[in-house]
Amino acid sequence: MPVAFDPQAKFSEYAHPEVLVSVDWLSQNLENSEIVVVESDEDVLLYEVGHIPGAVKIDWHIDLNDPITRNYIDGHAFKALMERSGISRDTTIVVYGDKSNWWAAYALWVFKLFGHEDVRLLDGGRQAWLESGNPVTREVAPVTPGTYPTIERDDSTIRAFRDDVLKHFGNPLLDIRSPQEYSGERTHMPDYPQEGALRGGHIPTAVSVPWARAVNEDQTFKSRSDLDAIYVAEKGLSADQSVIAYCRIGERSSHSWFVLKYLLGFDNVRNYDGSWTEWGNLVGVPIHKGEDAGEVPVLKN
Amino acid sequence: MTASLNDAALELSADFTGASARERLEFLLEFSDNLPALPPRYSEHPDLLERVEECQSPVYLFVELDGDTVHTFFSAPEESPTTRGFAGILNSLLDGRSASDVLGFSEDFTDTLGLAEAVSPLRLRGMRAMLFRLKRQVREKQSGTRD
Repeated sequence: MPVAFDPQAKFSEYAHPEVLVSVDWLSQNLENSEIVVVESDEDVLLYEVGHIPGAVKIDWHIDLNDPITRNYIDGHAFKALMERSGISRDTTIVVYGDKSNWWAAYALWVFKLFGHEDVRLLDGGRQAWLESGNPVTREVAPVTPGTYPTIERDDSTIRAFRDDVLKHFGNPLLDIRSPQEYSGERTHMPDYPQEGALRGGHIPTAVSVPWARAVNEDQTFKSRSDLDAIYVAEKGLSADQSVIAYCRIGERSSHSWFVLKYLLGFDNVRNYDGSWTEWGNLVGVPIHKGEDAGEVPVLKN
Repeated sequence: MTASLNDAALELSADFTGASARERLEFLLEFSDNLPALPPRYSEHPDLLERVEECQSPVYLFVELDGDTVHTFFSAPEESPTTRGFAGILNSLLDGRSASDVLGFSEDFTDTLGLAEAVSPLRLRGMRAMLFRLKRQVREKQSGTRD
C-alpha cells in the first residue's frame, strides 16, 4: 500500500507533488515501517554528528560510486546496499542531506537509475530538520534487512554520456555551476595545488543557471511560479524539450535535474555526470569561454 | 610531548589502520569534536587566516612561528566535521613542533591513515592541501616574505 503524499499546498503546484515531503510530514511519519529515511551528505561525517532518528546513511563516494571504474555501482552492489539499508523494492525512501540537498538529489538520481519507484526529498534538507527543533541522534538504530531484486542499471533515460552531449548540440544544455566557472575566468593562485579541469569555460551553447537559483535562503525549493520564471520565462526552456544538465562532477546538476524533471515536469531531462571534470579534460572537444553561450560547434568526423 | 613527530605519526597511522572503516570515522569524529577553538586574536580577525581552497567546505588555517616553534590554528564550521577532523589530526601532530620537523613532514602522511576507504580519496585531498599550505606558511614566515 503506497505511503500517502504530503498534501502541502506549495507542493501541489509542482508537476510531481509526490516527490517532496516537509519536515512536519516526516516528523509525523517517522514510525511508519514502510518508509526508510536516508541521509546523504557532502560531508561523510555529518551523519555521525547527528541524524534523524532511524535514518540510515548512504554516501555518494563510498556506497554509490564504483571504487575501480568511474561509474555507479552495478545491480548486485545496489541490491546489497538496499538490503543492508533496510530498503525493499516497494519501500518509500525519503532522502535528505546537507548543502540544500545536493547529495540527496544525487542519491535520488542514482536510485532512479535503478528504477526505484517511490523516492522523495525532504524539502530544505538537513538544515530544515535541524532548524525545526526536531530531534537528532548519534545512535545508529538496528536495521531490519530489506529484500531487493537485482536490477540492471538503466543509463539510457536520465543519464547522459559525453557522446550523448556531442549528439545533443542544437538542443538545450544547462550549466549550473557558478558564473565564474561558466565563463572560465576562475583562475587559481600561483604555487597552489590545483585540482580539476585543464581548461576553464563551458560546453558551447550551454545556458547558465547556477543551481542555487532554485532554492530559497532556507534551502527549501522555490515555488512553482518562481521556478517557471527562471527556467521557462527567463531562459526559454520548455517542458517538451530534451535538456542535458551538467556541473563539475554531476552532483549539483542532479539537484537542477530534479527541479526540471519533477517540479517543472520536463519529461526528457538527463544529467551528464561526467560534467566539467570530464569535458574540460577531454581530448578533441570544443569549449567556449566567456559569459555568452557560444555557437553550435562544427564537429570533425 | 615526548614522542618524535615521526613516531607520533606512525602511532596514529597504526591506530587508524588497525581499526575498521566505521571505527576510523569515529576516530575522525573525535578529532573533529576536539578541535580547539580559535583564540580571540584570530576569531576576531578572520582576514588573517588563509582559506584552503581545495576543500569544498570553508576551512581556514594560520601558522605562528615562535622562534623555531610552530603553532597551528584551524577554523572549520561545525557542519563540516570531516574537514574539522582532518584539521584536528594535523593540529594534534604539528602544533608545538619545530619548523624543521614540520617542513620535513611528508604530505604522503595523509595516505597512511586508511582514510581513503573510509572517506574516499577525493575528500582526502583536502587534508593533503591543508598540510601543503601549512608548510608553505612556515617557509614564508621563516623567510619573512609574508606579512
